[in-house]
Amino acid sequence: MVQLLFTILTDGLIYGSYLFIVAVGMTVIFGVQRVLNVTHGSFYAFGAYLAAYLGGIWYDHELPDFGGFVIIFLAAIVVGVFFGILIERGLLKHLYGKDEHIVVLATFAAFLALEGVGLFIWGTDPYFFYQPQAMLGFVEILGMTYDYYNLSLIVLALIISLAIWYFLSRTIWGRLLRAVIFDREISQAMGVNVTAVFLGTFILGTTLGALSGAAIAPTISVLPGIGVEVIVLAFAVVVIGGMGSIPGALIGSILVGVVRAAAVHEFPQAEMFVIYAIMAIVLVFRPEGLFAPPAVRKI
Amino acid sequence: MSFDRTIIGVTIAVVLMACATFFIPDWVRQIGLLSMAIGSVALGLLVLWRTGLISFGHALFYGFSAYGVALLNHLGVRDAFVLVIVSAAASGLLAWGLGFLVRRYRAIFFALLTMAFSMILYGVLAKTERFGSTDGLNIHPPTFLGYAPVDQAAQITLFLFGLLVVYGLMLGVQIYLRSVLGQMTTAVRENEIRVEYLGYSVEHVIHIKYVISGLLAGFGGAIMALAVGQVDPESMAYWTASGEFVFVAILAGTGNVAAPFIGAVAFEIIRHFAWEHGANLWQLIMGGTLLAIIMFVPDGIWSVLQRLVRKKDGVK
Amino acid sequence: MTTILEVNGLEKRFGGVVAAQNIGVNVSAGETIGIIGANGAGKTTFVNMVTGHLAPSAGTVKFLGANIVGWPPRRITELGLCRSFQVPQVFLSESVFDNVLLAYGIAEESGFSMLRPLRNKERDARVRKHLASYQIAEHEKTAASALSQGIRKLLDIAMATVRKPQLLMLDEPTSGISVEEKFDLMDIIMAALREEQTTVMFIEHDMEIVQRHVARVLAFSQGEIICDAPTAKAMVDPKVVEFVLGQEYHAEVRSDA
Repeated sequence: MVQLLFTILTDGLIYGSYLFIVAVGMTVIFGVQRVLNVTHGSFYAFGAYLAAYLGGIWYDHELPDFGGFVIIFLAAIVVGVFFGILIERGLLKHLYGKDEHIVVLATFAAFLALEGVGLFIWGTDPYFFYQPQAMLGFVEILGMTYDYYNLSLIVLALIISLAIWYFLSRTIWGRLLRAVIFDREISQAMGVNVTAVFLGTFILGTTLGALSGAAIAPTISVLPGIGVEVIVLAFAVVVIGGMGSIPGALIGSILVGVVRAAAVHEFPQAEMFVIYAIMAIVLVFRPEGLFAPPAVRKI
Repeated sequence: MSFDRTIIGVTIAVVLMACATFFIPDWVRQIGLLSMAIGSVALGLLVLWRTGLISFGHALFYGFSAYGVALLNHLGVRDAFVLVIVSAAASGLLAWGLGFLVRRYRAIFFALLTMAFSMILYGVLAKTERFGSTDGLNIHPPTFLGYAPVDQAAQITLFLFGLLVVYGLMLGVQIYLRSVLGQMTTAVRENEIRVEYLGYSVEHVIHIKYVISGLLAGFGGAIMALAVGQVDPESMAYWTASGEFVFVAILAGTGNVAAPFIGAVAFEIIRHFAWEHGANLWQLIMGGTLLAIIMFVPDGIWSVLQRLVRKKDGVK
Repeated sequence: MTTILEVNGLEKRFGGVVAAQNIGVNVSAGETIGIIGANGAGKTTFVNMVTGHLAPSAGTVKFLGANIVGWPPRRITELGLCRSFQVPQVFLSESVFDNVLLAYGIAEESGFSMLRPLRNKERDARVRKHLASYQIAEHEKTAASALSQGIRKLLDIAMATVRKPQLLMLDEPTSGISVEEKFDLMDIIMAALREEQTTVMFIEHDMEIVQRHVARVLAFSQGEIICDAPTAKAMVDPKVVEFVLGQEYHAEVRSDA
């Protein structure tokens, strides 16, 4: 019993951390720009692909193992900055202020196009990038085996949330950002360069999306279509936590992770829909999300 | 005036297609069948969209009904009329039930709630062995009031059957859209307070639209199930299916009840030829087309056709 | 005269703030009543409570014998109590004709008959006649968003009257209208209403308009009715002079300056 609870909690924490890492970028972008960004799935996929591709080259040359970790962050930044600028300046800039459906659909269109581009670049064969996970090895706790790499996702999730918390509440940039979130027009009137804030936020969100893909890559086969599920998972986390709320996304992710882990162990039929069931329940009973500060929300 | 024109135009088109079906190659007929299925769902989205609501989860009703056909079929029901009508009605009933929740939501919340429901169905279908899990179920060829055609005759009969269903749907929706209830579109989108103070419940309006829309998606799913002879969760209930329906609805525009079917034909033709050159091209074309439509032709193909016709009239 | 509206002990609190209290008033069929008072005196709160837009904290509103507190606006509207808004509530991208047409459609059909076509010749004719009586027929094809404020107000009121209400409440029909226009505007509205013998209550800041059109005045101050009397008497009531007219005239002077 204790062992089962422990397993569910640990699995839940790992899966919740995965969800948070995947969704936090989308939450940030939604919080600031009010854009529900479907291309997030592309950033995830491109991050994973680039990391796996570079990793493949790295390990083929039998270079030191720890390089894989550098590659993860490098791939995230390259993909994040490149696509962040491309999508924000090339697409979203023309859509601010338009009907929110139109914005979602435009990013959906861009996502489809990017999926095609991804297939052109990487082809349909899977890429593997298992070395970082293999290098860290595993640990046995209460008779269950855990990869250190998977446990390190929990640490990564914590680091990301602490960094964002620090950035938002302790730096001048963070305050500007919060001002823009609170009231875009007044901030603009006060001299905040909203264009720059939007671009900066978007690059941050994109990089987080790419980082999630790159960080997950060692645990999966990198295949076409991996970005598709991520989009709806991220939607679910954004809704459950409260649209745009980062603490909400964190707690929501962990909650969903634990519930899903419980389902996997005790009620496997529910594994695939339990997240969406929670999402629907939250929308029905608390549409503003579990943790959204109601005063800030404007929709 | 335009009431008559739409119905006359649709009637002529349906009669022409019914005649043409005997002379076209099988693959063209198949494109026609798929277009009828997708077009019916897009017609359902049109009903909602005129009121400013977009469902990101219409695969729910589409998939529900398609699986309804498959399950009834496995229970021994073979008649196409029974299969389609019962399954679509079940979808309408599901929409009626969910409508009590959905009708309170607008904008992105509406879209996300509908999406969540559809993903629940996907999760259930993909994990239930009785429903074939991720492999889905096969469907035995249907009979039509006792007539059991085979090979090409089967496809031709199904095409005629589909045309009959789709014709009925278009007429029904056209009558609805002209009615007092159906005309509460822009009104609900722009000013709910005024609608309430004119003496009607906005939630009621939306609920009815949602049921009609779910029913239409149900007919679409049922036709699709019979047309391809099998159902599976990935193509019937996953969110990407819902995305395709929205794609077709946007491609088509909301100008006319025939528009979704024209959009669906365009969609299926692009898909047919793009697939010959691989999946990457298909997704690039689909994404690029959708972007171009959103940016440059926000009212869809129908508005372009309309402009062309007007220009011609103007020249005369 | 039959009493159609009976309001007793109506009260509205927002947290600790009292927006309206102790409101009691009876209205008989055929009356024309002006509601006056400074900004924030509780006039709109009163109208909103009676018409179901705001739930009162306490009190009763009886309309045609039914206690309508807690009813949704559509039921109150169906029963025959209609209203207009200070900011016209119309369907902006629709034409004037289509706005009123839909109002007729909703008023005339119910249940399954809502599935009848919205347009038919007879209804078109009724819409045109209605537009003519509010003198907005010439704008028939104009989108409501392109109308001047005065015409849009007339459209809003025209939409509120398609049901031939037993009681009509107008929230500041002349606000936002230039001084030159507002007398004509009020004349059009009151002529149209007289033709239908509609009982009407309207909120108004301009005392000339009040004196010209109404027989009875309800004066509000700080959430209470401080005077309920025939117009001539109310205009010289010391409380009204102190709490309403004094401030009103101030406001007039300021807005003119």
